[in-house]
Amino acid sequence: MPVRILKKKELIPGQTVLLVLDAPQIARKSRPGNFVILRVDETGERVPLTIADRDAEAGTITLVFLVVGKTTAHLATLGEGQDILDVCGPLGKPTHIEPCSSVICVGGGTGIAAMHHIAKGHVAAGNKVAVIIGARNRELLLFREELAAFCHEVLVATDDGSLGHKGLVTEVLKARLEADKCVSEVVAVGPVPMMEAVAKVTRPFGVKTTVSLNAIMVDGIGMCGACRCTVEGKTRFACVEGPEFDGHQVDFQELKMRLGQFRPEEKDCFDKFRCRS
Amino acid sequence: MPEQPARERAGNFREVTLGYTAEDAAREAARCLQCKNPPCRKGCPVEIDIKGFIGRLREGDRDGAYRVLRETNSLPAVCGRVCPQEVQCEGACVLGKKGEPVAIGRLERYVADSFAAGNGCRQSTGERACAAPREVRVACIGSGPASLTAAGYLASLGVAVTVFEALHEPGGVLVYGIPEFRLPKSVVRRELAAMGEMGVSFRTNWVGGKTITVRDLLDEGYAAVFIGVGAGLPRFMDIPGENLIGVYSANEYLTRVNLGRAAFPGYDTPVCRGARVAVLGGGNVAMDAARTALRLGAKAVTVVYRRTKGEMPARREELNHALEEGVRLELLANPLRYNGDESRRLTGMTLERQRLGAPDASGRRSPEPTGETFELPVDTAIIAIGTRPNPILLESTPELRLGKRGYIEVDPASGETALPRVYAGGDIVTGAATVISAMGAGRRAARAIARKFLGEDAVTA
Ligand SMILES: Cc1cc2nc3c(=O)[nH]c(=O)nc-3n(C[C@H](O)[C@H](O)[C@H](O)COP(=O)(O)OP(=O)(O)OC[C@H]3O[C@@H](n4cnc5c(N)ncnc54)[C@H](O)[C@@H]3O)c2cc1C
Ligand SMILES: Cc1cc2nc3c(=O)[nH]c(=O)nc-3n(C[C@H](O)[C@H](O)[C@H](O)COP(=O)(O)OP(=O)(O)OC[C@H]3O[C@@H](n4cnc5c(N)ncnc54)[C@H](O)[C@@H]3O)c2cc1C
Ligand code: FES
Repeated sequence: MPVRILKKKELIPGQTVLLVLDAPQIARKSRPGNFVILRVDETGERVPLTIADRDAEAGTITLVFLVVGKTTAHLATLGEGQDILDVCGPLGKPTHIEPCSSVICVGGGTGIAAMHHIAKGHVAAGNKVAVIIGARNRELLLFREELAAFCHEVLVATDDGSLGHKGLVTEVLKARLEADKCVSEVVAVGPVPMMEAVAKVTRPFGVKTTVSLNAIMVDGIGMCGACRCTVEGKTRFACVEGPEFDGHQVDFQELKMRLGQFRPEEKDCFDKFRCRS
Repeated sequence: MPEQPARERAGNFREVTLGYTAEDAAREAARCLQCKNPPCRKGCPVEIDIKGFIGRLREGDRDGAYRVLRETNSLPAVCGRVCPQEVQCEGACVLGKKGEPVAIGRLERYVADSFAAGNGCRQSTGERACAAPREVRVACIGSGPASLTAAGYLASLGVAVTVFEALHEPGGVLVYGIPEFRLPKSVVRRELAAMGEMGVSFRTNWVGGKTITVRDLLDEGYAAVFIGVGAGLPRFMDIPGENLIGVYSANEYLTRVNLGRAAFPGYDTPVCRGARVAVLGGGNVAMDAARTALRLGAKAVTVVYRRTKGEMPARREELNHALEEGVRLELLANPLRYNGDESRRLTGMTLERQRLGAPDASGRRSPEPTGETFELPVDTAIIAIGTRPNPILLESTPELRLGKRGYIEVDPASGETALPRVYAGGDIVTGAATVISAMGAGRRAARAIARKFLGEDAVTA
């Protein structure tokens, strides 16, 4: 059944969009860390997007996405009151939330939105949560106020220094881990190079590090293996065994290569879409 | 049966076999001996009254023939195309002892295809009217042949059935696995539409165990739940290089093309159009993948199999079709590793020559490594070596009892699981099998459900 868009907000004009969808059953069942797979229309591709928030009572879920290609560009053209043909979820294993812990959640770019739901889950479990978010400049920082409303601390890094630390989130993280020896887990969601860099920073500290892998997916229910990643030398299906894995064990190089496997086809598809619109 | 010429069809996705004309069908039906004790019926897993339906056809009563088929088989147009008749009904046909058996599958297909569906009920039951609606509700999880058969049977008795399917289109392997050129999607859609008219409702994008659990369904008032989620998790071989770009499971490759319509104009789903393709395995799935690769424009497609042609589990018809279309075989070969370039793209495979040793438990002679290795340059490899049970529903329903291989254990007569009011059937119980055996299981469970919730007198054949 098609799913109605109740609210749409352009968080970063022409680039990042927030949608609130009328999806009561998914809202009821979703937990932090879950995602949906959607298909915009009959000829569209199935693509995964993280559930950035949910409201079980209102029966809604929130998605935040970056326009990178045909599907996300098409999705961004839809407005309030319009329908998405297929939305399937909640998929993936929910975030493992260890009670009584002190957690740092790191988010980069659009990943901040996905991380937002995870941070919320940790706070709800009574954990101490500091978040570190980063972007190129202060205009591009998503969810800063929302996070500030419930997290114990929000640390910011921008490339141009327009807000917070001038530099990378990993620099803030490193300083923090040096100063605070009580951190029991670091969670990172964002571009693959960022998650890889976070894992590299935390390794010497021996802190458990969880990353959310955005492998290419098709069905999202474990039937195809498109999403396979190598973790601890073993093949894992990100859609059913993840998407969260131990960042110290992930073969990031392989993930980056696999994410690029359809570049020419994707570019062609996007170009055709842009010519039409 | 007429076919598209091999060279022509290898370049399109249209159905390979063209089906009988009325004259062809009459001629073939006339060959049937109408045996007193027909062995063909025993060869059929759902015991279609084959003599009966061919008898009607001989009398020119095509609608009557359809009704006979429908008594025991709710998807005759599908079965006529994909059943391994040579080891079932046709394998048992008396005429086959000396010459060609009656082409029962083709006749079945002819009857089903040419029966003009007046309305859904008529197509699904062969009867003009369905039973009066009842209060009883049943949920089916998954929408492959097992669930569809259970749903169709129960709906014909007036039960309100809801089918929950995880993907965006119902049909199971019939839609995402078996390619268009062997089973046109329009045939499957016709069957689904007929079920819709009978009142079966389909909820796509509902994942059992995620969007809704078995417990939720029972709590919501469904009298019974039928689990028909198939055996979808693809096996890999656990050898080096398996995650290189260009290495696919057959499920991924076929799903991209069949469900995602990759490579059809106007559709977004991408698929790699390899020039040199290897397919690992020797079953129907391997043949489907190989023939799909040809149709996507591959220059060379090689099926790599550990044993010899004689041991290949694929249907002869599929194997012959593949060979006619230009698929090559590399027999007695097993991959040791996949090799790639610096951008982790597949460039070739290292294979090891095998020889046949003693027969294994299945009676087939098992391959043994010889130590001799050789290279096969390929840019695409498709692994079709079988599947395992899909864990999603099983993990969320710990009350189910699983067998050693991880499939659901059921009471063989009723299909009921360890969890009362919950039934299961098809590949999730048997492991990868056939359309008809999944249908048989759906039917058995539906009858048990009908007996329990509607009473003995409600149960038909
Ligand atoms: C579990 C998971 C959660 C995700 N959550 C979010 C999110 O909350 N917000 C967000 O902006 N993005 C998210 N992504 C990434 C998002 O799915 C891709 O950006 C999207 O598929 C791009 O599609 P496109 O057609 O617009 O672009 P394309 O031009 O088709 O692709 C651009 C790039 O996106 C990736 N991609 C393409 N197709 C897929 C696919 N089917 N599955 C996964 N990745 C693909 C590839 O790396 C590709 O090079 C998530 C991915 C995963 C696996
Ligand atoms: C490529 C290929 C070719 C084949 N060729 C033949 C042939 O020629 N002849 C023959 O007889 N057999 C053939 N088979 C085997 C046959 O298709 C299967 O044995 C049969 O389809 C099994 O039916 P099923 O109902 O058990 O499950 P399936 O057909 O596997 O359907 C299961 C359905 O359940 C859905 N599902 C899975 N998990 C969930 C969940 N948690 N919630 C909701 N839905 C879920 C799946 O998406 C799927 O749609 C072939 C199989 C393949 C893969
Ligand atoms: S996306 Fe198909 S198995 Fe994960």
